[in-house]
Amino acid sequence: MGHDTAEWVFVGVVIAILCYVGVDSWIVQKEVEDVPANAEVIKVTGQQWYWSFEHADGTKEVSTLHVQKGHAYLFEITSRDVMHSFNIPDWVVFEDAVPGHTNHAWFAPDQVGTYPIQCREYCGLLHYNMRGSLIVEDNGT
Amino acid sequence: MVLELQKPRPVWQIMFSTHHTDVGYLYLVFGITFLFMGGVLAMIIRTHLFFPGQGVLVSDSATYNRIFTVHGLTMLFLFALPVANGIGNILVPIMVRYKDMAYPKLNAIAFWMNPVGAALLWLGFADTTWVSYAPYSIIRAPGPAADMFIFGMKILGISSILSSINFVVTILKCKHPDLPLRRVPLFAWSMLTVSLMTIVAMPTYAAALIMMLTDRLGLSGFFNPFAGGDPIAYLHLFWFTFHPEVYIFLLPAIGMMYEIIPRFSRKPLYSQASGVFAFVMLGIIGFASWGHHMYSTGMDFTTKVVFMIGTLAAVPASGMHVFNFLATMWGGRIRFSAPMKFAIGGIALFFSAGAGGVLNSAMPLDFITHGTYWVVGHMHLFLIGTIGFGFVGMIYYMFPYITGRMYSEKWASAHFVLMFWGSVQMLYTQHLLGLEGMPRRVYDYPVEFTSWTQLNQIATVGGWLLGASFAIFLAVLIYYSAKGKPANMDDPWGIGGKYYYPVAAKNPHGGHSGY
Repeated sequence: MGHDTAEWVFVGVVIAILCYVGVDSWIVQKEVEDVPANAEVIKVTGQQWYWSFEHADGTKEVSTLHVQKGHAYLFEITSRDVMHSFNIPDWVVFEDAVPGHTNHAWFAPDQVGTYPIQCREYCGLLHYNMRGSLIVEDNGT
Repeated sequence: MVLELQKPRPVWQIMFSTHHTDVGYLYLVFGITFLFMGGVLAMIIRTHLFFPGQGVLVSDSATYNRIFTVHGLTMLFLFALPVANGIGNILVPIMVRYKDMAYPKLNAIAFWMNPVGAALLWLGFADTTWVSYAPYSIIRAPGPAADMFIFGMKILGISSILSSINFVVTILKCKHPDLPLRRVPLFAWSMLTVSLMTIVAMPTYAAALIMMLTDRLGLSGFFNPFAGGDPIAYLHLFWFTFHPEVYIFLLPAIGMMYEIIPRFSRKPLYSQASGVFAFVMLGIIGFASWGHHMYSTGMDFTTKVVFMIGTLAAVPASGMHVFNFLATMWGGRIRFSAPMKFAIGGIALFFSAGAGGVLNSAMPLDFITHGTYWVVGHMHLFLIGTIGFGFVGMIYYMFPYITGRMYSEKWASAHFVLMFWGSVQMLYTQHLLGLEGMPRRVYDYPVEFTSWTQLNQIATVGGWLLGASFAIFLAVLIYYSAKGKPANMDDPWGIGGKYYYPVAAKNPHGGHSGY
């Protein structure tokens, strides 16, 4: 070792960049996982090959999910058969739906509109078609 | 060494031989054959994705799922591992100056398990994806395909453990006493590292396969949540084996670049010690990062942080390899023959793949990229960009020594340009597709997502260029091994004899020249 200082400088720079990446993602992830206390729970269940949702007030929906702008929502995600992955790409909501486990993800939409929901873990024949829509509405509250 | 076409031998003599070069040829022919078979499947996949919503080429998703599963299995276990083993078989005994591998018969047995495993994988044509996550592979995957997949992988796993034991014993116990371990060439060091990693990692997956089989038979419920098991346990066992396996695929290609780059730069290697250190570091740290495949399975924050640090820790060692290559080339009188072109292209793509890997390992970014086409682009950047380029460069490098003839530098250049262009166009576009949110392993995507359609079509054109480059490769291999000009065996590339590996003079057993 110690062949020449250039290599040590190079390795030092690489390690410095990695430290920056590590610390920054630690900080961001900490924020991402900090669920607001007033978040409304939505139960999400994946099964071959569609998503079903149950709101806190007991309303049930299949494939299409309606939420209100400006509210925070906590998804409780599970699966009834094989592994799926609940994903709303536009809101970076992504967590695996694992049978026997309940996983969590939250988001607080601040823009009205219709956004795709999809499955991002291979789950068999119609995995490609396990799609739904998220509709963010503004009821003026 | 024996030159097939100069001194033709009946094929059965090679097939039943236990000599290390013959077993090496068998591995090479086997691996290159499956490269093209897996490549045909890749062309079907890419061409199919050109047209959304029509099912032009593959008419149903069941077939499509089977095609990408077998494509992955073929490229990893029937191309990458056999070719690394083949080149290792030919070179490692020469590099450690021993007459053969330590256990020649075991070596041949390890090879002949491969065709059996390959037959099971291809005749079964499973749809479980190569990762075959539980519980899909247990409660939903149709048999007998999934069962044949289990037995096929089992046989290939045993074969790779046997050949790893052989490499470890050959290098550590049979090396010439005058040759200190630290002076052993870096390609042999890479084979030593990956063999030790295989011996540590593979039994875990072998156990997981047996558990999966008994689960499928209904005898147990290890991974079946409906029988009291936990699918996450399968993911841990799987990735404990197969994250290190990433390095098992990768390091031989790095070792091959270490063979090529100093020679075609006409300079001594910058630092043998730093190469050895980086291999050993990767061999150890490779075991600290399997959890980064599982961030989204509901892993708690602390576990994620631990695996992120384990993943990032592998980067400096990879960077040391890149530095070593660049410092070796610096100020060298570089001869840009085909092996060197492929090695340099491989380094460039290895660097960009590594940079993408740093982004993946950062937890918040992983939630954007995981399970999307980003990952497809990222891991193919390692598999094509580093392993493919390293292997192809090494095959061109060994071509004159194996066939006694010279390939065409012009056609090899065409192969290189198309392969590099095709890789960049296809793989970088797949990264962008991932950022657009397109999931991987999908048979079809909605027509109304125009950006997905456009990016897929750009990627497919890149894929076709890649396919064309490999058509040239196949033609070069066949045509020039039969009709090429006889190579100047002392100096096939005109770089000056003293830059070749000076083994022939020092090998006490003789019988080999070149390399």
